[in-house]
Amino acid sequence: MRNFEYQKADSVNAAVTAHAGQASSFVAGGTTLLDLVKIDIMQPERVVDVNGLPLYDVEALDDGRLKIGAMVSNTDLAYHPTVVEKYAVLSEALLSGASTSLRNKATTGGNVMQRVRCPYFRDGVSACNKREPGSGCAAIGGHNRSVHAVLGTSEQCIATHPSDMCVAMAAIGAKVLVTGPNGEREIDFLDFHLLPGDSPEKEHALDVDELITHVVLDAPIEGSRSTYLKLRDRASYQFALASSGVIVATEGNTIRDARIALGGVGTKPWRAREAEQALIGEPATEQSFKKAAEIAFKGATPYEHNAFKIPLGQQAIVRSLTHATAARA
Amino acid sequence: MSETSTAAGGISACSITLQLNGQRREVEVYPWTTLLDLLREQLHLTGTKKGCDHGQCGACNVHVNGTVINSCLSLAVMHDGDEITTVEGLSENGELHPIQQAFLDEDAYQCGYCTAGQMMTATYVLNSSHIGDSDDAVREAMSGNICRCGAYKNILAAVQSTRGKV
Repeated sequence: MRNFEYQKADSVNAAVTAHAGQASSFVAGGTTLLDLVKIDIMQPERVVDVNGLPLYDVEALDDGRLKIGAMVSNTDLAYHPTVVEKYAVLSEALLSGASTSLRNKATTGGNVMQRVRCPYFRDGVSACNKREPGSGCAAIGGHNRSVHAVLGTSEQCIATHPSDMCVAMAAIGAKVLVTGPNGEREIDFLDFHLLPGDSPEKEHALDVDELITHVVLDAPIEGSRSTYLKLRDRASYQFALASSGVIVATEGNTIRDARIALGGVGTKPWRAREAEQALIGEPATEQSFKKAAEIAFKGATPYEHNAFKIPLGQQAIVRSLTHATAARA
Repeated sequence: MSETSTAAGGISACSITLQLNGQRREVEVYPWTTLLDLLREQLHLTGTKKGCDHGQCGACNVHVNGTVINSCLSLAVMHDGDEITTVEGLSENGELHPIQQAFLDEDAYQCGYCTAGQMMTATYVLNSSHIGDSDDAVREAMSGNICRCGAYKNILAAVQSTRGKV
């Protein structure tokens, strides 16, 4: 592994101060950073350790929202009683991601910051506009089956955002709290991850030296149920080919409110707002779900090997909505 | 943690203290030394294996403060003051740990390279109240430990036969 300086921060402000520009990286769990440093895709000259920061709490706010410290591990968040009870989609999404040992290490803030799994990004030599702006995209016209998107792609980049947790957060609605040299600010979760567009090297809305301190989930929708369905090449420990996180509230058999977010198919955690709107006021039937699923993929662009993701993603929506609205004994 | 005078490319090694398999150990590590490399290359605890070195195989799994993690994806310097248990720390008083005995009894390996990591994850899984006790729950919880020999059936049997003994 390349050599770098190391500093352990004991406060958020100290961490931000120690982080000296683009050549610095924060390390929390390290599951993305060290993986990518070892293959020389990330090349920090200084690593700032944020494990000593007091960001390990999950706090219920008076307004019904849930404030999650950036250092809360994926395991601890998945099994937190409030998350299990009120945000099932998030608990299920977290537990569908990675492995037991990685979830123990991976953090809430780090998961938000995880990098794409595109093999052309990771191999260090292929054309990749994300790794080397202007070099091209080897995935377009290359092997683009499993970790490549059909929604939100551009001629510069088609890599999927790999997170399951973020899909659930996109469905729930959240704010990302960050601290930087100019103080604190909040970023809407749906604005945090950026579409690749003409600058796929810019992946998120953080400014240089800004650190994620918390994610604050919106209050749960009254009377709603939620679930996360992840479809993949093997039953466990694999990135999504398509996933669907849904939250649904019904009055009788009529849908009162609905949220749909998709993973494995988009270049960012993908909120399907038009599909949600199409559900509201409709009966909770397969026909309604199919119509919403079609709308969700209306603007999809299939590539040579991943056209199957469109029907797969639609079926994921239908099945997750069916599950979330099924009568319970 | 304190910096020492040792330097590589102008970057100093750091002195950290671990509670390793019940013993206090003070070691000097460079910032880029992983916990796995510290264990194997500096402390010669070679029971923990390097498989993929990228968190994909689980061969390097160890316990940190009672929680199983991939030691290849953690910097040693991040573990100052931590309690680390490796496969060498499983047995007590010369007696095999129940999971070790079960791996022998159930023939839960062929080449044995993944075995240390399998057992470290297994002991965590068996002690975690939030992980179910069904075969499916164990398969899911241990899916991050890859066995190239394909001894999964016997690994599952070894884990399940140890239930209640740890």
